Amino acid sequence: MAALLEVRGLHAQYGWTKVLHGVDFAVEEGGITTILGANGAGKTTTLRAVCGMVRTSGEMRFDGQSIAGRATEDLVRLGIAHVPEGRGTFVNLTVEENLRLGAYARASREGIADDFAAVYGYFPVLASRKTQLAGTLSGGEQQMLAVARALMLRPRLLLLDEPSLGLAPLVVREIFRIVRTINRERRVSVLLVEQNAAIALGLADDAYLMETGRMVQSGPAAQLRQNDAIRRAYLGY
Amino acid sequence: MEILVQQIISGLATGGIYGSVALALVMIYQATDVVNYAQGEMAMFSTYLAWTMINAGLPYWVAFFGTLLVSFIGGVLIERIVIRPVEGAPILTIVIVCIGLLVILNSVAGWIYSYIQKPFPSPFPPRPIMLGTVVFGAHDVGAIVVTLVVLAFLYAFFRFTTLGLAMRAAAQNPLSSRLCGIRVGWMLAIGWGLAALVGAVAGMMVAPIVFLDPNMMSGILIYAFASATLGGFTSPGGAVLGGLIVGVIENIVGTYVHFIGTELKLTVALALILVVLVFKPSGLFGRAAVHRV
Repeated sequence: MAALLEVRGLHAQYGWTKVLHGVDFAVEEGGITTILGANGAGKTTTLRAVCGMVRTSGEMRFDGQSIAGRATEDLVRLGIAHVPEGRGTFVNLTVEENLRLGAYARASREGIADDFAAVYGYFPVLASRKTQLAGTLSGGEQQMLAVARALMLRPRLLLLDEPSLGLAPLVVREIFRIVRTINRERRVSVLLVEQNAAIALGLADDAYLMETGRMVQSGPAAQLRQNDAIRRAYLGY
Repeated sequence: MEILVQQIISGLATGGIYGSVALALVMIYQATDVVNYAQGEMAMFSTYLAWTMINAGLPYWVAFFGTLLVSFIGGVLIERIVIRPVEGAPILTIVIVCIGLLVILNSVAGWIYSYIQKPFPSPFPPRPIMLGTVVFGAHDVGAIVVTLVVLAFLYAFFRFTTLGLAMRAAAQNPLSSRLCGIRVGWMLAIGWGLAALVGAVAGMMVAPIVFLDPNMMSGILIYAFASATLGGFTSPGGAVLGGLIVGVIENIVGTYVHFIGTELKLTVALALILVVLVFKPSGLFGRAAVHRV
């Protein structure tokens, strides 16, 4: 398998504060990669760097072409959909309008109706709330809406930032189940950032462990799950 | 009774104009958090463009739509050239830039066209319309209709088109909009263009009543501020309704409260701003701004 996203020597900073110090990682075509780490390790910044929302230096290749320094709006048009931290809901728009915005930059207008049907199939609760303002949805429903909105782009790569944050375990399991389905059925590659290591390692093919702006370990997810140090520090058993 | 109905209708006509300018203010305010003090002068300048076209012999409606097009482009250019460089600057900086724009437009109009008042044609017949025993000015009724048509178009644009949806999204949540691939900067520019267009309609509708001169919009801008404050700076529909209410109140108070008459009418608008700000700062239909701290 070829890497869909390949990142080498990525540095990033906010003002004078350096956050990433030479990060290397890859997301395989059709695969799920997860980046684990504690609060403040630089996981969210890594995702923001991939979609052009922070200043970076280093090399980033998407499907073979360099994407370093390109504007967020252009990266979206390449098929990179980002489900941001805090879900990025348009709270004063309806559920359906949120989804229409997800389709705003897609390469082809064709098949939009099919994709509406598909995401309503994945998330039936959204179908029943089409005309409701998105701000009235519960946290779990808003997370579902965020994933659904990203899917309306027909993305090649889905970036998920802490989808489990603040949600009940049952809802988290449901969302992860759907992410897996999307990955398998629609061949969408996934880059997942999570603090909940147990569920992330259960889903991912490859995993990276991040500490203070560096990748400190990497390997197949199954292998990292067996690693004693990771088990103690992140899985808690 | 007939006098009252007539006063209400002519109040609605000027109120629709206040409401249009208020709507233009609200559109820009919602998208960029900027109160565009130059909105009135932009409308005045547009009206001079229309006057130039009509004087050059173009039919009224050709000049009308030509003015809308030029005003839209002008609004977009003003955002790109004048406002863009101060985007993200402290609010006071932007206010001063807007006031600078006001002074420039006013002076340039005076320099090109002089400060002498000019008559501006109305597209509507001069003879009054009789409904039963009540007499209406045709221009009053026409201005109401034109205003309503513009509002209906804007409503449909924002409600049903993808571009309109993207503009609403960009105003609400710029970051998420960028993640959807929306070019937020251009949405703001188009917003300025549309605001300039709405202002141009208001200018062309009010000029036959107040005559065309570089200062014709200064009073109207204050009524528009009163309208937007009354309806709520966060509510486009509220701003328009606020305009109608202000127009009617102004006329009725001017007619029936003798010490106010026509001289003190503008004071009514200022008093209204004050009363709303004291008792209901978010306006009738606005939402209170909520900030996370």
